[in-house]
Amino acid sequence: MAIAEPKIVYQRPTSLATRVTHYCPGCTHGVAHRLIAEVLDEMELREKTIGVAPVGCSVFAYNYFDHDYVEAAHGRAPAMATGIKRMLPKNTVYTYQGDGDLASIGMAEIMHAAARGENITVVFINNAIYGMTGGQMAPTTLPGMVTTSSPGGRDIESMGYPVRMAEILSTLDGAGYVVRRSLHDPNNIRKAKKAIRLAFETQERGLGFSLVELLSSCPTNWKLSPVDALQFIEDKMIPMFPLGDYKVNPEIGKLRV
Amino acid sequence: MAIKGWIEVDELHCKGCGLCVAACPQNVMSLDMERLTPKGYHPVHLHADGCTGCGICAIVCPDAALTVFREAKIKA
Amino acid sequence: MAKKLYKGNEAFAEAAIRAGCEGFFGYPITPSTEFLEYMAKRMPELGRAFVQAESEVAAINMVYGAACTGKRVMTASSSPGISLMMEGISYIAGTELPCVVINVMRGGPGLGNIAPSQGDYYQMVKGGGHGDYFPIALAPSTVQEAVDSIALAFDLAEKYRSIVHILVDGNLGQMMEPCEMPPMQPLRETPPDWAVSGAKGREKRILSSIYIDPPDEEVTNLRLLKRWMEIEASEVRYDELHTEDAEIAIIAFGTAGRVASTAVRQARAEGIKAGLFRPITLAPFPKKEIAALAKRTKRILVVEMNTGMMLDDVSRVIEGKVPIEFYGRLGGVTPLPDEIYDEIMRISHNIDAPAPENPRMEWVTRLEKILEGEN
Repeated sequence: MAIAEPKIVYQRPTSLATRVTHYCPGCTHGVAHRLIAEVLDEMELREKTIGVAPVGCSVFAYNYFDHDYVEAAHGRAPAMATGIKRMLPKNTVYTYQGDGDLASIGMAEIMHAAARGENITVVFINNAIYGMTGGQMAPTTLPGMVTTSSPGGRDIESMGYPVRMAEILSTLDGAGYVVRRSLHDPNNIRKAKKAIRLAFETQERGLGFSLVELLSSCPTNWKLSPVDALQFIEDKMIPMFPLGDYKVNPEIGKLRV
Repeated sequence: MAIKGWIEVDELHCKGCGLCVAACPQNVMSLDMERLTPKGYHPVHLHADGCTGCGICAIVCPDAALTVFREAKIKA
Repeated sequence: MAKKLYKGNEAFAEAAIRAGCEGFFGYPITPSTEFLEYMAKRMPELGRAFVQAESEVAAINMVYGAACTGKRVMTASSSPGISLMMEGISYIAGTELPCVVINVMRGGPGLGNIAPSQGDYYQMVKGGGHGDYFPIALAPSTVQEAVDSIALAFDLAEKYRSIVHILVDGNLGQMMEPCEMPPMQPLRETPPDWAVSGAKGREKRILSSIYIDPPDEEVTNLRLLKRWMEIEASEVRYDELHTEDAEIAIIAFGTAGRVASTAVRQARAEGIKAGLFRPITLAPFPKKEIAALAKRTKRILVVEMNTGMMLDDVSRVIEGKVPIEFYGRLGGVTPLPDEIYDEIMRISHNIDAPAPENPRMEWVTRLEKILEGEN
């Protein structure tokens, strides 16, 4: 006779702290956090991981993970992570950065961390806007996109064009793994998780700098419902920021996870 | 027989964003307008039978508020 | 151990290594570059961390990260570079991390020049970064003293979980001078109980300078202040030369102090009762000792290689109880012993004259005459 027994299909990862996040309902920062925690659990890295939090909406990221964390100055997380990794090369070190942090004020630090082939992992959240300060134009804001500091829409004549970080960073020889993924639907979230896994695998194997750019939503500052915000990623952001593998070390390319 | 699944909602974490409601392939999830979480959100719940325990709701949940179960058949 | 001839910057770097420095992060800038070059060679030989950063901003933030591991870490730079580092310095202070920052000062503001100056007194002694914090500031006057002060700086940094600034100028950084190196210290084996290392078998640790609730920040500011008061009570350091019976007491630090000591000896040889009080800790400032000096001397002469920054601190301590005079050279010009000797002679001829109303203003008039003569 068959006995029915409950099997857990999904439960909260242990690398995630129990604290409730301050993120707005439907914000995909939470998805990115969850995926990192799941990967750290699966790779059993929690006890040797040190995270570096940015300045921006994810400034309190250190509260939401159950592992060691430090808090960087705006844009400087890759430099801070460099300092930690050089002192503790056996530890796993990653930064979590938004687009203003990484692609504007921290442009020098991210470029040179990648150029040095610094053995750190970067999770880069691109939601095309400054969230924490209330919706100003980011270096990744789309042409024509209305923000509080581009109230008439981003005018490319005077405000320039969005920056494609994954593409730029992939040109550097120190980079071992640079990809762009999106968090707008279950299938893409699965692919994002796999990419985060491979980024940490890159670090664990000492294959250089690894970065996963994640297209992410900001329902509040985009002034869209959480569901419509995901549609915006698919319709508007992906055409500007194509998903794909921009640099994959062959050893990682062969890996099956 | 259809696979039987169910979810547990952690009402401390659920913010009623509705991403799981939109993603649920069985259309058996909705926000419970009769209830409020401690933070003041309407939490998600299963309003009908048909959950298969596929876990897609948990994959899209930004707050890791969902635990997903599925009935597993074990031969005695 | 025998004395050996060292170039200042290289001596400081070797001293830092011997004091157990495990991480150096820097960016080339004259007149401190030899420090970085020496570290570039020696640190990898010893299996320790060296990174030439992309900027001083990155360098100090690498120091910030490295300091989070509880190991002895540092950077060295010069004035414009230190300005760039002020962001990270404030964060390090706010996170209560130990680290050592050496400033081989040069003429400024702006790009200025590469000649020795003491124009960063306010920046290094008062803080320089944003927010309510207190750095410890050491001002050695010889290569040997600088070498010794580096081990002291690491000890103080760890003891008080504080940033320690060491102020030297281009003279000390660039000069060759015999000095005795201390022995190599063993490296710390276990990290301190606040450092990040991975949450293995313990609660997770967070190192941050954020206190988002103002009452939490207030408590933090108060904790930093109380720690600072403890430092003020127990870590004041200074040097004195012939001050016990001095009628004219010079107060000067670093290179200016060293030049003044020659002038004082010259004056003493001629029977003039001159003395030198040389603060070694500019922060904490030797307030009590200078107040005591004011009670036994007739006139004080402050000598600096800036427009009278320490003069303000001295005036605050003296409170008009004894006349103060000032002599300074600016912009990368180092005063000669003769200039200070001339000042001693001028003062000794007017020892009972009324106190200058504004020592800085009267010095400006005298300096302008000197500059006319020099040109």
